[in-house]
Amino acid sequence: MTELTAKTIAELREGFRSGEFSAREVAEAYNDAVASARALNAYTVETPEDALAAADAADKARGSGEFGSLAGIPLGIKDLFATRGVASTAGSRILTGFKPPYESTVTANLRKAGAGMLGKLNMDEFAMGSSNETSAYGPVLSPWRRQGSNVGLTPGGSSGGSSAAVAANIAAGATGTDTGGSIRQPAAFTGISGIKPTYGRCSRWGVVAFASSLDQAGPMAKSVRDCAILLEAMAGFDPKDSTSLDLPVPPWEANLSSDLRGKRVGIPKEYRIDGVPGDINALWDRGIDWLKDAGATPVEISLPHTKYALPTYYIIAPAEASSNLARYDGVRYGLRDTPEGGNLDAMYSATRADGFGEEVKRRIMIGTYVLSAGFYDAYFTKAQKVRALIKEDFRKAFEQCDIILTPTAPSAAFGIGETTDPLAMYLNDVFAVPASLAGLPAMSVPGGLDEQGLPLGLHLIGNELDEQTVLNAGLAIEERAGFTAKPDKWW
Amino acid sequence: MSVTNEQVRHIARLARIAMSDEELERLVPELNNILDWVEQLGEVNTDGVEPLTAVIDQKLRLRDDVVNDGNIRDDILLNAPEAQHGFFTVPKVIE
Repeated sequence: MTELTAKTIAELREGFRSGEFSAREVAEAYNDAVASARALNAYTVETPEDALAAADAADKARGSGEFGSLAGIPLGIKDLFATRGVASTAGSRILTGFKPPYESTVTANLRKAGAGMLGKLNMDEFAMGSSNETSAYGPVLSPWRRQGSNVGLTPGGSSGGSSAAVAANIAAGATGTDTGGSIRQPAAFTGISGIKPTYGRCSRWGVVAFASSLDQAGPMAKSVRDCAILLEAMAGFDPKDSTSLDLPVPPWEANLSSDLRGKRVGIPKEYRIDGVPGDINALWDRGIDWLKDAGATPVEISLPHTKYALPTYYIIAPAEASSNLARYDGVRYGLRDTPEGGNLDAMYSATRADGFGEEVKRRIMIGTYVLSAGFYDAYFTKAQKVRALIKEDFRKAFEQCDIILTPTAPSAAFGIGETTDPLAMYLNDVFAVPASLAGLPAMSVPGGLDEQGLPLGLHLIGNELDEQTVLNAGLAIEERAGFTAKPDKWW
Repeated sequence: MSVTNEQVRHIARLARIAMSDEELERLVPELNNILDWVEQLGEVNTDGVEPLTAVIDQKLRLRDDVVNDGNIRDDILLNAPEAQHGFFTVPKVIE
């Protein structure tokens, strides 16, 4: 029998239903694995009793046949999600000790489906980062290492705890959130799958806000099927989120099919950029062949405003962040720092100076500047106009194709501390950000290893609301890539 | 456009983030690097383009004008760094 923690969610579901093992056995195996993997720094809080309680409920319900789609499946929850009574700090010092008296809609949906929580997963502070190095809890280490090297690598970010946990078999699956690539880039860096659905599919209620017009939750898991299973449970209309889509959740798992006959795969010429390693372009070409093999027809497409996506993002996201993060004022929750004899204003400024890390401060400063009197039109309005053009690029492209294939990231995982220039770090999301700006569903699936033995991902972008074609193309790649590599256990 | 030391001090004040002179000095070139880079949007012709307001077309819903929560004062105060007599407390604001 395969070790329980090595199984996919689909396999765990099958084994639980057939009685091959109990949900409690699964939860115990995972709790042990979590406790023995602290060297990865993937969890900020461990909640083994939560996982066991959900497992016991699942075992009790099994006889009755009335249990949810995720009965007894132990998940890791990104620390951006509010979880009732369990510290929820968004990787920030400013939320030290914050225990929400409420539960986010997405995690409530997962619990309703029977899932248990193993703990809260480390992340870049307020999801601002691409390497997990901005977390107040210190960086997560990727379970992967370069061949013959002990250098600590990043698991990507901002959902780096999530990606490391799934890759290291210390969570059966995990929630992530994606504002500008934060599910897809870490999935690519760690050889797992992750999907960001169409903006509005998953409720943002109870998810700590970074850039509200971009933030979307999504699953990260060992397989495309697992992503479909999790996404079905996470998604759904929520009146508490004003931009939640009032649409039924499609049966994505039941409709999974890797038969892509009749589908056209767009290959955007603007994504062939300088400085991308040959391994990544070679994998992209193999991806095209795999989709052809599945019956799809490749077509060259043009997304002319691609090169402007990152600068657009780095106006809009900090602008929204500077507004959203105004709520951290030391009054209602989290940290408070009052200088001796200081007034209210001094308390605000000291609390925020003390509570926010460097990258968060940098983005609040940029956001405050681009929204300030005299600069608003030149920066923010201009960026929203370019964003409209980027959206229009995709609208036109989807007249010519049904799905778009690109690499997920312009590099494999890099070392902790290797990228110190903020701009160089931002460039890591060059392929991921355009789909975020356009609100489109997009997924990373593992495609192979590079010459250093590190995973590389392929990126699929679908039309609005067409998660199904994204998942189906992902499945077609998964079946053909035969990606079974796992990191050697050193932790 | 590039920002000066004084402007950065003003932005920090607007953002309510206390900053030492050293921090300000370090931030000026960092912000200017990022601002120089986003300047490239100036190349894009956006004449007649409406700024994007909703990424997925949808109407904002109106809910019925009814009270649907409340009576959760203690829950709300649960995480307050300082609370007294059922209120958030802050440093004195009226002399």
